[in-house]
Amino acid sequence: MALVGPSGCGKTTTLNIAAGLDRAFDGTVTYAEPNPVIGYVFQNPRLLPWRTVRQNVTLVLPKARRNGGGGLVDEWLSAMGLSDVADQFPTRLSVGMARRVALARAFVVQPDLLLMDEPFVSLDEPTAQRLRALLAAMLERRPATVLFVTHNLREAIQLADRILVMAPGPTRVVAEVPVPVARGMRDDAMVEAFRAELLARPDPVFRVLA
Amino acid sequence: MINGRTRWWRLLLPVLSLAVLVGLWAVVAHLAASRTLPGPGAVLAVLVREASSGALFHHLGITLARMAAAFVIAMSIGSALGILLGRSASADRLFGPWLTVFLNIPALVIIVLAYVWFGLTEAAAIGAVAVNKIPNVVVVLREGARAIDEQYVEMARCFRMARSDVLRHVLLPQLTPYFAAAARSGLALIWKIVLVVELLGRSDGVGFQIHLYFQMFDVAGILAYTVAFVAVVQLLELCVLQPVEGRLTRWRPVRAEA
Repeated sequence: MALVGPSGCGKTTTLNIAAGLDRAFDGTVTYAEPNPVIGYVFQNPRLLPWRTVRQNVTLVLPKARRNGGGGLVDEWLSAMGLSDVADQFPTRLSVGMARRVALARAFVVQPDLLLMDEPFVSLDEPTAQRLRALLAAMLERRPATVLFVTHNLREAIQLADRILVMAPGPTRVVAEVPVPVARGMRDDAMVEAFRAELLARPDPVFRVLA
Repeated sequence: MINGRTRWWRLLLPVLSLAVLVGLWAVVAHLAASRTLPGPGAVLAVLVREASSGALFHHLGITLARMAAAFVIAMSIGSALGILLGRSASADRLFGPWLTVFLNIPALVIIVLAYVWFGLTEAAAIGAVAVNKIPNVVVVLREGARAIDEQYVEMARCFRMARSDVLRHVLLPQLTPYFAAAARSGLALIWKIVLVVELLGRSDGVGFQIHLYFQMFDVAGILAYTVAFVAVVQLLELCVLQPVEGRLTRWRPVRAEA
């Protein structure tokens, strides 16, 4: 599910509450399964600068799975095209590569719930497109519930099954829009057409998408 | 521009600088022509005499052992307390005032009280040195704990990392510069206090020797032990502290030289 809405409307806070990082709220969070495994791809990759790429991805695994899981870590690093830099420190990586490490780290724990906070923002379009394709391929391989925050409506249409439109004051979901075409069939023309249709809808809640 | 010549110059410069200092000392001693300021030659003679009899190494060894023991005790207790005060606002509010009191008690008072309460023992001596250093370590590590970047702690919480892993992989690496700072300033503080502790209540060590030579008014002896001791501490800094610090910070991006 893509969360879209204006800046400051509470999208990141929603993710943080879902992750259990933000506890200053009234109300409850209910998961389909108790204690889900959570993977979080932060807007800023938040890789530990004093540990290598491989160590960053390995450390999020429970201790019991680390030695046997060495193969799993290398598998995900290879899938992200990071095998060559596995022993480098994150400060030596480009932003795009750091984002890929963060993606590998989120996937290696085999998450039930994947939270992503504008993971491809400030990347050049070709790199962002490659990473979106990588994400889609990952999810084909191993489906998970994904909550994806983005300002980019095209990105939301490309990747999401459903788009949740949020508004501030108070933070709430004002519209839920299913994307009618299967992910594998969404070409540029379809994305543009659907985007134009959303922006043209008479309901004022869709103004925030412009 | 960095070239071979510049590197040699960088290695040679400190040696030349010290040679100038020694030269200056020789000149002043010669001009003063006094018993109270022997020249480098006289001091060297004492050094050779003490080294060949083995006394120099015996006393240096004892003093270094006391320093090491006090250092380990002070760094362990001080770090644990500092991290606690830095991470827990309530602990900091409760014990902050105690820290201020202990920081301001003169070293001499702590040493004298330790000997009075616990006798003229090795434990009292080392304990007094450690107690002198602990508040400094607490202050530095408290600052370090306060400066910890919470985004990494949040990331670790999100991925449900075990507490021991959070400590080892997230918190401690961020505290390395603070450990290094506490270790360095601590070393400088400890070796000065160890000499006083030995002077007041031990019968061996560099401090004891200096006191002995003081009573005999033998300035060459005082200076000989001083030179030997400073040299050893410098060696420790060069051969132990700096390489260890270098290894722990090798992940840091290297700034290009202008």
